[in-house]
Amino acid sequence: MTPEICTLGHDALLVRFAREASEAATACVQVMLRLIDEADLPHVTEIAPALASVMVRFPGGTDVRSLLHQHLSDLIRKTDWSTVGVPTAKRRWIIPVCFDSDAAPHLAEVAQIAGKSEATIIHDLENVDVRVLALGFAPGQPYIGLLPQEWDMPRTSTLTVEVPAGALVTAVRQLVLFANPSPTGWRQIGMSAFRPFTPETDTPILLRAGDAMQFSRASADDIARLQASGDPKGGAICQSL
Amino acid sequence: MSVPLIEIIRATVGLSIQDMGRTGTTAIGLSQGGAMDKLALIEAAALLGKTQPSPAIEFMGIGGSLRVSCDVTVALTGGEMTAKVGDRLLQWNATHTLNAGDIIELSAPKSGVYGYLTPHAQLATPRVFDSQSSHVSAGVGHWLQSGDIVNGTPMALARSMKIRAIDRLGGGTVRYLAGPQTDLFSDADVNRFHATPFSASHIANRRGVKVDFEGAPFTPQNAHGIVSDIIVTGDIQMTGDGEPYVLMSECQTMGGYPRIGTVIPADLPILAQAKAGTPIRFEQITLEQADTIMADPISAATLSTRLSTLVRDPAEISDLVSYQLISGAITGYED
Repeated sequence: MTPEICTLGHDALLVRFAREASEAATACVQVMLRLIDEADLPHVTEIAPALASVMVRFPGGTDVRSLLHQHLSDLIRKTDWSTVGVPTAKRRWIIPVCFDSDAAPHLAEVAQIAGKSEATIIHDLENVDVRVLALGFAPGQPYIGLLPQEWDMPRTSTLTVEVPAGALVTAVRQLVLFANPSPTGWRQIGMSAFRPFTPETDTPILLRAGDAMQFSRASADDIARLQASGDPKGGAICQSL
Repeated sequence: MSVPLIEIIRATVGLSIQDMGRTGTTAIGLSQGGAMDKLALIEAAALLGKTQPSPAIEFMGIGGSLRVSCDVTVALTGGEMTAKVGDRLLQWNATHTLNAGDIIELSAPKSGVYGYLTPHAQLATPRVFDSQSSHVSAGVGHWLQSGDIVNGTPMALARSMKIRAIDRLGGGTVRYLAGPQTDLFSDADVNRFHATPFSASHIANRRGVKVDFEGAPFTPQNAHGIVSDIIVTGDIQMTGDGEPYVLMSECQTMGGYPRIGTVIPADLPILAQAKAGTPIRFEQITLEQADTIMADPISAATLSTRLSTLVRDPAEISDLVSYQLISGAITGYED
C-alpha cells in the first residue's frame, strides 16, 4: 500500500493510503499517525487521522509546505507499508452497552444482512476487540472498527430521523457511538451511557484514535442508572495496556 | 472585574457569541467554528484600536435588540443592519459609545447576512478549546435567548471611528484550490463548474452555504464506496444529487461526499454574506497564487488606512433624520 501526499487547502497536507476503507489502510493510518507524532515535525499545528488518511496542518506558506512534504516523504520511505499491522494499543476502553429490544431497533435487520442470528451478533459484539479509528463528525465521537467482513453493509436508504446520544450504530464494517441526538443512515444496535464529549469537564474528550475498545453487556436498567448518575464515562473502564 | 454588560432584550434566531474560532481541534472532531464573516471581526478590531479581533455578538440574517448595562463602546460591522438607539440612527461600519441603559435595536441586514456588534470589553463567556465561540451544532455554547445577560469587563471608552469596509456583500468570484478529490470530477465538469453562474441558495447556515445553478449535476466518477475523509472549512462538497455546498465555520470534520476543492479563507466572507440569489462564481487558482494571497492577510493593522474619525454625523442628530435620507447617505461603501 503506497501512500500519496496531497495538498488540502492552503495549509494542510494529506497522507492518503487508500480511497476505500480496508484493514490494511486503517493499520497504515495508525502507524503513520504514530510516526508523525513521534517525529515532532516543525511547524505542525495539528495532526488528524481519518479512516484511510492522515492530515497534517501547518500555518501555510510555500517553504513550510515543501519542508513538511519532504519530512513526510522521508517518514513514508522508512516503512514497508505492505507488511504493516495495527500497532499495539496503549489503552483499552470497556464500555457497557445494552443490546435489548428498545436499545437496538435495527438489530434484527443487521443480523439478517449479516446472515447470523441476533444472539450470535450480540455474542460477536461482546467479544469483538476493535479500535477507535478516528474521532469526527461531532466532537469526541468515535469511528470504531473494523468489524469482520459480514458487517460490510451499506447505510440505510432512508434516514432514521433521530437516534439518541449514546446510541451504538453500524454501517460499512464500522461502529459509531453517537455524541448527540442525530439523524443517521446507520443502524442502531445498542445503547450506552457513554458521553464522548463533555465540554464542561477537565477532560472534555475521553477517547483518542488508536484506543482499543470492547463492549460489556448491560441491561436497559443499568444504562438508565448510569445515565442518571451523570458520569460521562457511563460506567466505562479504561485499562492501560 | 466582570459585570453585566449586555442584556438580550429580543432575540429571534441566530444570535451567538463568535470570535476567530479554534485551531488544532480537527482530531477530536471539532471544526474551526468562529464568526462566519471573520473579516467583520478584523474590521471591528481596527475600529476599536485593537491589534487582534475580540468576541462579538453575531446576528444571522435577523435583527434583535440589546440593552447595555454600563457605558461601553461598540463596533458595528459585517452585513449592514439598521442600528438605532431610540430615534438616533447609528452609522454602520463604525464605533459608537452607548450609555448604561441604552437599548440598541438592530434590523435584519439590508445587504449581507451576518452582522456583528463587538463590544469594547473583555467578555466573561467561557473559553472552550481556547475560543469563546459558540459551536452549537457541536454542543459548545448556545444560541443567545431573550433575557440572557452577557457579562464582561468594559474597556476604556473609545473615540468614534468609521471604516471603509472591504467590499464583499454583493457576491462575486470566490477562489479555490484543487484538492485530494478533484480528480473524481471529469475535466469537462471542472471546466463547466468554472463557467457556471451560480447563485447563493436559501439553504445556508453556519455549517455551509449551498449554491444553485441551472444545468446537469456535477456528478463525481468512481465515487461509490469512497471512504469518509478529513473535511476542512471552505471545502466545496458535491452532495448526492451533484449540487455544490460550501462547508463553512461549523462544518463537520469528516465526511463522505466528494469535494471538488477548497475555497481559500480570504474569500469565505463573500459566501457567508451572500443572501439567497446573490451571484457567485468559482475560479480555481494555483497553490502559488494562494500562498501569495495568504502571505499578506488582512489584519487590523493593514486596515488602518481605511479608518477615519466619525465626525458629528447628521445621523446622530435625531430630530433631523428620516430613515430614507440617512440610509442613502451612509452606506459605508461610499468610495
